[in-house]
Amino acid sequence: MVDDVKEYQKKEAEVVEGVERTRARKVYAPLVDIVERSGDILVIADIPGVDEKTLDITLEKNVLTISGYVEPEVPEKLKLAYAEYGIGDYQRSFTLSDEVDRNGIEATVKDGVLRLVLPKAEALKTRKIEVKAAA
Amino acid sequence: MLWTDFGRLGQRRNPFREVVDVQEQVRTMQRELNRMLSGVTLPSTSEFPTVNLWVDDENAVATAELAGVSAEGIDISVVGKTLTLKVVRQPLEVKEGESFHRRERWHGQYTRTVELPFNIDSEKVEARFAKGVLYITLPRTAADKPRKIAIKST
Repeated sequence: MVDDVKEYQKKEAEVVEGVERTRARKVYAPLVDIVERSGDILVIADIPGVDEKTLDITLEKNVLTISGYVEPEVPEKLKLAYAEYGIGDYQRSFTLSDEVDRNGIEATVKDGVLRLVLPKAEALKTRKIEVKAAA
Repeated sequence: MLWTDFGRLGQRRNPFREVVDVQEQVRTMQRELNRMLSGVTLPSTSEFPTVNLWVDDENAVATAELAGVSAEGIDISVVGKTLTLKVVRQPLEVKEGESFHRRERWHGQYTRTVELPFNIDSEKVEARFAKGVLYITLPRTAADKPRKIAIKST
């Protein structure tokens, strides 16, 4: 597919070779913003259709996986006449380096947006060193 | 196709006409290519936000995925057969000393117009926003509803 930077169409998640999914549903890779801040790393992901009950965040070894399960809300008795976007689950994984404090990870979901705060380990936080004037 | 789309009106305005024309041509080519390469289920669109439409004899429901947009950021207007959707999402604010590793999420202002095959009863339009998904119920005007015509025997 030709890449258009200004398009925000949902992209299907890559399937790991040899691993099949049991749910017969499309899986999309959510678009994310990742911001490095002084004390932590902020990950923001768009996962419309997912709330706190249907979201799974797992950390196995150093792989952080975001999985969102979408129960499609189909308007009753209506037929889909025209579709521009697909509905499906979300999955995306990130490899974390040692600099993340695994116990302090916090996640919140609001209006289909996930905010993940990955605090940096104490030792790695930037320290400001005061410079004293030499006597 | 039943529904016609007018172009997306983004906030990017380029004062250099010729440059815009070339960009438009390139975009048209990309759209054509995408159309050829993409599957049948999703018509290629560079329209945003993308809209799904559900219909029956009485109503139509338009849905759009608008994660993180506040209620003030959505503007819905209905005239005759057309539904116009204006969406604004503020970019993520970054303070000094903070830096983006990735920036994939959309922001800015987008307008989308969708034409339905019937007149909409604008008084009865309802919109609901849940979990980042917008649902707009668009009832057909009574005059436009299909009627069953009885055949009289003489």
